[in-house]
Amino acid sequence: AGAAGPGSGPGAAGGDGDDSLYPIAVLIDELRNEDVQLRLNSIKKLSTIALALGVERTRTELLPFLTDTIYDEDEVLLALAEQLGNFTGLVGGPDFAHCLLPPLESLATVEETVVRDKAVESLRQISQEHTPVALEAHFVPLVKRLASGDWFTSRTSACGLFSVCYPRASNAVKAEIRQHFRSLCSDDTPMVRRAAASKLGEFAKVLELDSVKTEIVPLFTNLASDEQDSVRLLAVEACVSIAQLLSQEDLEALVMPTLRQAAEDKSWRVRYMVADKFSELQKAVGPKIALSDLIPAFQSLLRDCEAEVRAAAAHKVRELCENLPAEGRETVIMNQILPYIKELVSDTNQHVKSALASVIMGLSTVLGKENTIEHLLPLFLAQLKDECPEVRLNIISNLDCVNEVIGIRQLSQSLLPAIVELAEDAKWRVRLAIIEYMPLLAGQLGVEFFDEKLNSLCMAWLVDHVYAIREAATNNLMKLVQKFGTEWAQNTIVPKVLVMANDPNYLHRMTTLFCINALSEACGKEITTKQMLPIVLKMAGDQVANVRFNVAKSLQKIGPILDTNALQGEVKPVLQKLGQDEDMDVKYFAQEAISVLALA
Amino acid sequence: MGEDTDTRKINHSFLRDHSYVTEADVISTVEFNHTGELLATGDKGGRVVIFQREPESKNAPHSQGEYDVYSTFQSHEPEFDYLKSLEIEEKINKIKWLPQQNAAHSLLSTNDKTIKLWKITERDKRPEGYNLKDEEGKLKDLSTVTSLQVPVLKPMDLMVEVSPRRTFANGHTYHINSISVNSDCETYMSADDLRINLWHLAITDRSFNIVDIKPANMEDLTEVITASEFHPHHCNLFVYSSSKGSLRLCDMRAAALCDKHSKLFEEPEDPSNRSFFSEIISSVSDVKFSHSGRYMLTRDYLTVKVWDLNMEARPIETYQVHDYLRSKLCSLYESDCIFDKFECAWNGSDSVIMTGAYNNFFRMFDRNTKRDVTLEASRESSKPRAVLKPRRVCVGGKRRRDDISVDSLDFTKKILHTAWHPAENIIAIAATNNLYIFQDKVNSDMH
Repeated sequence: AGAAGPGSGPGAAGGDGDDSLYPIAVLIDELRNEDVQLRLNSIKKLSTIALALGVERTRTELLPFLTDTIYDEDEVLLALAEQLGNFTGLVGGPDFAHCLLPPLESLATVEETVVRDKAVESLRQISQEHTPVALEAHFVPLVKRLASGDWFTSRTSACGLFSVCYPRASNAVKAEIRQHFRSLCSDDTPMVRRAAASKLGEFAKVLELDSVKTEIVPLFTNLASDEQDSVRLLAVEACVSIAQLLSQEDLEALVMPTLRQAAEDKSWRVRYMVADKFSELQKAVGPKIALSDLIPAFQSLLRDCEAEVRAAAAHKVRELCENLPAEGRETVIMNQILPYIKELVSDTNQHVKSALASVIMGLSTVLGKENTIEHLLPLFLAQLKDECPEVRLNIISNLDCVNEVIGIRQLSQSLLPAIVELAEDAKWRVRLAIIEYMPLLAGQLGVEFFDEKLNSLCMAWLVDHVYAIREAATNNLMKLVQKFGTEWAQNTIVPKVLVMANDPNYLHRMTTLFCINALSEACGKEITTKQMLPIVLKMAGDQVANVRFNVAKSLQKIGPILDTNALQGEVKPVLQKLGQDEDMDVKYFAQEAISVLALA
Repeated sequence: MGEDTDTRKINHSFLRDHSYVTEADVISTVEFNHTGELLATGDKGGRVVIFQREPESKNAPHSQGEYDVYSTFQSHEPEFDYLKSLEIEEKINKIKWLPQQNAAHSLLSTNDKTIKLWKITERDKRPEGYNLKDEEGKLKDLSTVTSLQVPVLKPMDLMVEVSPRRTFANGHTYHINSISVNSDCETYMSADDLRINLWHLAITDRSFNIVDIKPANMEDLTEVITASEFHPHHCNLFVYSSSKGSLRLCDMRAAALCDKHSKLFEEPEDPSNRSFFSEIISSVSDVKFSHSGRYMLTRDYLTVKVWDLNMEARPIETYQVHDYLRSKLCSLYESDCIFDKFECAWNGSDSVIMTGAYNNFFRMFDRNTKRDVTLEASRESSKPRAVLKPRRVCVGGKRRRDDISVDSLDFTKKILHTAWHPAENIIAIAATNNLYIFQDKVNSDMH
């Protein structure tokens, strides 16, 4: 921008203009830069460009250019599609919103799904800004063009636009829109039928009830018996929306036969979808039909020959039970669901068992104390002894639900061996997960029980060979101290941590420092100054540089907790010495600590 | 429609005759798109060449459009797997076209390990007009910039752009031998020696294993997957062939993992014919569903077979491709030729099948008339409008003029890859580094 110097040179006449023009000119030029990042950057600032051009030039020059720039990379097109959704103000307000349709129309036909979806989203947004007249004059014709386009990308995009223009269209246009939607539901390409099926529910919601019964239901029935599995499974989703619109009677007559058929579909993917959407379906059809129809369907899904389906159904056990009407719920669960759950506990597939383990504990609140102890507890215990660590983990991580019902004492006896085993699992992620549940368990078990059974585990993790575990173990200690108090820390934790400062392994010595970082605040001034500080200071003479610079970092961390005497008398000389260390990093962190603690 | 493989009616138009003969130029796959307007070839150098059929000229409506180069691009580069100390060749093993979704065309290409999705688009406009520089890139004097200029799109010569859209990597431990797009247009599968994976075309970081025949102990390995294909209409069915000569039809509806086949197609071995080479020559090198979806075509070393999906016990038709080699298996084994993987193809109406052989010969079998013919893809016969002559290989004494004896066959000239236009009698033959396209002279009269 140097050329446009203030008030001198040939540019001076238009000087003011140049100054403000220049950045915009750069942005516009970069719309066609070879570097995709620069193009992307320009597109993201499209509103700035439009603002500078003014509404008229934006409409007549910028938008026509953008309409034809659909050759670009997908990420640029995606950004463009997003920008245009908020562009109405920049083209002159709602009266001119239709000017945004051509570029979005071309974006709605590109082959990349995310770009098309974003273009459709923006079109939906803009449709709301059209007046009813403009909607019929500009938006509806666009939808029709897309719906009857040669390429299926355009027809798939059309599917998402019907529902936004239908409610505001005149009756004649409504009939046309319905007609277009009908033909897309029986399109030749599965892509379009899938798009139509996925928008069927949304479209049904904006239709008149009569049209839902006479038009949507037949479409739904057709899609639900499509030859392509991928279409049929989307019909299950539509079922949820359609069911909500119909009376119980119509539901039974018009939708339930199809839903029953879907639950027994030849393709496991369709049955999986039914299992996956089960809670939604249950709510949509209402308690009566749910009881008479869905419970039997659920039973067969729990016994499905495909493990994926069983796992999906197992995931829904808790929600299904919770959603049952309170009256008679217990009987239904005990007689019709529990026998199936018992089978799943010893399923051959670990994903099924693990899915069940993640929700089974939730049943205890539904069934109450006695049933839990008598019927569920044996299942929990069986899962706690499962050979697969994921199953055991899922049980442990949901202990709190059972705790509320029967109290932790009853579980603890059988729980403990499983916990200990997981704590020593060969997979570090499993160990990590267990550590994360330690504070929770500690809170539930109480300090005595903890000291007796779990404390040694927590200390063992501090010398784990995986850093992530050591790190988590350190944080765990801090949380335990917050729970059990400083006195407990002083007696049980701190001595053990400090002993590690003399460990021959420098990684363990560093763990001491990390623990001190984490614990000092929770332990308070006295313990920090009296017990921890001397150890830290002593470690400043460690032969390993990593330990030394961590000493500097620790001092910086615990400094604010210490009193001024200790800070000036003990910390300062040590940091000054470290500040002269031969190692660059040690020097750096020591100096950083000095300046942060204002000891200079 | 009357199909005819009578050679007198086959005219041919020779397309490209690359005269360079480096290894990288050897064509490794040939594939027409769904309309037949485009033809893609892949080679050992990792390149893909796309040919487009020229539109019929208005002056001579009966002259068929010839295929001309449309676009060439480098699909795969040689790589090195540092973890396994293995070189990964750039050779294109297979190309599959995706159903066309908009004006652009898309195809999948794969080497041994990585599958890539490419987009081929045409562009006939380019933006013009900068604010701060002229079209040559020279900076303008800023004092002349007094108003903003929005670029304008101007027409330009047609340009074909190929851009990579997705890379599906790390799905295979062994070498990918086939890819196949599902009729649902959103998934495809890729098969290697021991496993078959199912991918979603939009998702590159995840694939589902649908077949796994890897034994717990690799010493127990007796069979590998040699080829695999989805059914053309039923999204749930696919077939895979094995080195033991069997075909397994699997139903993805039944279970997520299709280790248990729904149907096993296998011909009982003839004990009288058993020899050291029996298993090698029965290995299936290619399997193709017919367009109708009713039949499957398989190629093994000496024969092509047609199987009916409804009959598992034996093929309904077996055609000898070059039975005269049966006595030469020993030397073919020594030269490794016995492991050549010949492909096979159906014509548009499933009435004629085609497969390659040695000496640049290829064979066609008419399923209705039971006539068969041997043709040669050679430069001599490849002048425009020339007519292919049938060739004969003679065994033993009585040798006619023009016959060629088994002993003088050139085993280095093999036609492994062939493709048939989806609707018309146009065939593409890859003979090492040459691509030959032949077409039926009276084609237009026959429709």
